[in-house]
Amino acid sequence: MSIRPLLSSAWTEWLIALRFLLDNRMQTLLILFGITVGSAVIVFITAIITGLQSNVVDRTLGTQAHIRVLPLDEFNRLAPLPAGTLSLLRESPRAQRLRSISNWQDVVTLLDQHPRLTAVSPVVSGPALALSGVARASVALIGMDPLRYERIIPISEDLLAGRFRVGAGHAVIGSELARDLGLNTGDKLRLDGGEGREAVVDVAGIFELGVRELDARYVYLDLKQAQTLLALPGGVTVIDTRVDEIFAADELARRIERLTGLRGESWMETNGQLLNALRSQSMTTQMIRLFVGISVAFGIASVLAVSVVQRTREIGILRAMGSPRGQILRVFLLQGGLLGLLGSGIGGAVGWLLVQVFNIFGPGLFQVTVEPGLIPAAMLIACLAGVLAAAVPARRAAHYDPAVAIRYV
Amino acid sequence: MSDEVLRLEGIGKTFNQGTALEARVLQDINLRLGRGELTALIGPSGSGKSTLLNLIGLLDVPTAGELYLQGRPTRSSDDATRTRMRNESLGFVFQFHHLISAFSVLENVLMPLIIRSGRPSAEAVELARSLLQEVGLERLADKRPTEISGGQQQRVAIARALVTRPPLLLADEPTGNLDSRTAASVFDLFRRINEQFGCSILVVTHDPRLAASCPRTIELVDGRIVSDGASIPMPP
Repeated sequence: MSIRPLLSSAWTEWLIALRFLLDNRMQTLLILFGITVGSAVIVFITAIITGLQSNVVDRTLGTQAHIRVLPLDEFNRLAPLPAGTLSLLRESPRAQRLRSISNWQDVVTLLDQHPRLTAVSPVVSGPALALSGVARASVALIGMDPLRYERIIPISEDLLAGRFRVGAGHAVIGSELARDLGLNTGDKLRLDGGEGREAVVDVAGIFELGVRELDARYVYLDLKQAQTLLALPGGVTVIDTRVDEIFAADELARRIERLTGLRGESWMETNGQLLNALRSQSMTTQMIRLFVGISVAFGIASVLAVSVVQRTREIGILRAMGSPRGQILRVFLLQGGLLGLLGSGIGGAVGWLLVQVFNIFGPGLFQVTVEPGLIPAAMLIACLAGVLAAAVPARRAAHYDPAVAIRYV
Repeated sequence: MSDEVLRLEGIGKTFNQGTALEARVLQDINLRLGRGELTALIGPSGSGKSTLLNLIGLLDVPTAGELYLQGRPTRSSDDATRTRMRNESLGFVFQFHHLISAFSVLENVLMPLIIRSGRPSAEAVELARSLLQEVGLERLADKRPTEISGGQQQRVAIARALVTRPPLLLADEPTGNLDSRTAASVFDLFRRINEQFGCSILVVTHDPRLAASCPRTIELVDGRIVSDGASIPMPP
């Protein structure tokens, strides 16, 4: 079959479909209004929830690594039993002492080359006491290379005072700790790693990450000084990494485990609650979208079903004049598709406006942006849903017996 | 043979065949229509006129016999073929004019051509306009069907039936819905078209006066042809 008859038939179908829609102006406007409201709700709610979630995730991940690579836990090794013997064991788990990742330089080199890791930072971290005058606080010492570490957590952006400088006897501490110990930049702070390992450092900067626990406990030092205080000369206890796609962290952690023989701990494991909340929220959004979509589709279907009945005689006369079944079918499918496309186009614009209104007059906790693909995607789905919704009435129209339809009153 | 437009051989139609509701509507209909014939089909209600017209119009399939349209057998044709034959060889005029309200008068006339080949050519539009002129409605070309009178709508329907230059035009009670003066003028139009375009016309009518003005009248009673011949002119 050549293309010409197809094109001319398509022209006819478009003409009839458009005229039918325009002829039933009130019906068309009402259902367009329905589709518009439905798609505006879908676009708005999707943008808000996406914005909210990415905001929450950004805030959470702003203060932690995506994947932490840790040494394997120490465990008891059991001597093999002689064959045929049964043993009853009572095992006390080993205490997990602070220890270094062996050959961590090689591991860092390896991870540096991994295409999906955007930042890798070896860190030595462990407990210590911070003393200033008579005040003391238990802290977490974090020794790192600032250039690498800042790509994991950009501390400089959260500094309240001073600079993010850790070399040569300098430390950077959190705002809560600074208040507890009454410290300002330039003040001295004594750090006690236990067993007589002590150092006095200058407070070079004070940061506030907005997470109380971190602001009260983190003391950033240079790698070497922390290693000395924690009695891990030349060692690191953890390698922090960032990944290109945050929700792939779990899968990448498993891959890193296989690659290095170490333990990979993704943010998704350590933030189970948050992730759970995000997933439930996404599911709720999906449900709302699905049900709004279904009611819109049913709206289209019912309007077209009424239109098919109203136009029974006209369909009969079109068939009598030689309009093939397929042509009648496509006339009504097209109407469904056009309604979906047009309604969702207007609805998308309204949804976008609502988002702007939300940004200007809303609570202002976070900015919502409408992803550029969202509205075209909504229009495509609505168009397909419209065609699908039209299927039943269109089939009915196409299968009218013209001899009966013509006499329909 | 080339002068024959339609031939019916032993046509029968039974509805609900093989069930308790079986109804034999037409039996053993034999009929030939020549080119350019103007024929009236008359008969009482329920005699099977509309069923016969549906069969001839390829809108329905006979349960017995064979129907030849321009020499081509049609009974075993599929729906697509019958649909195409309707478009190419037949013109329809119905009692309730059945114009499509979403289109203008001119577009309604063009509709069979639009269905056949999409966007109408300039010649097609020209032809449609000349047909509208023929039925005396050229100035209403851009009106909607709802904006013109019943008699005018029926004239538009006649122009539409003629736009494909069909060899056979079928009319089912074309004047049944019109007052007697309008009916007479519509019927005059049929006669004029018959002479001018040379197409065969088969008109189903209740109106004995209109039937009388056709050169040939076929009478159907209880599903059988009881008379077929020259009309007897009505006494004045």
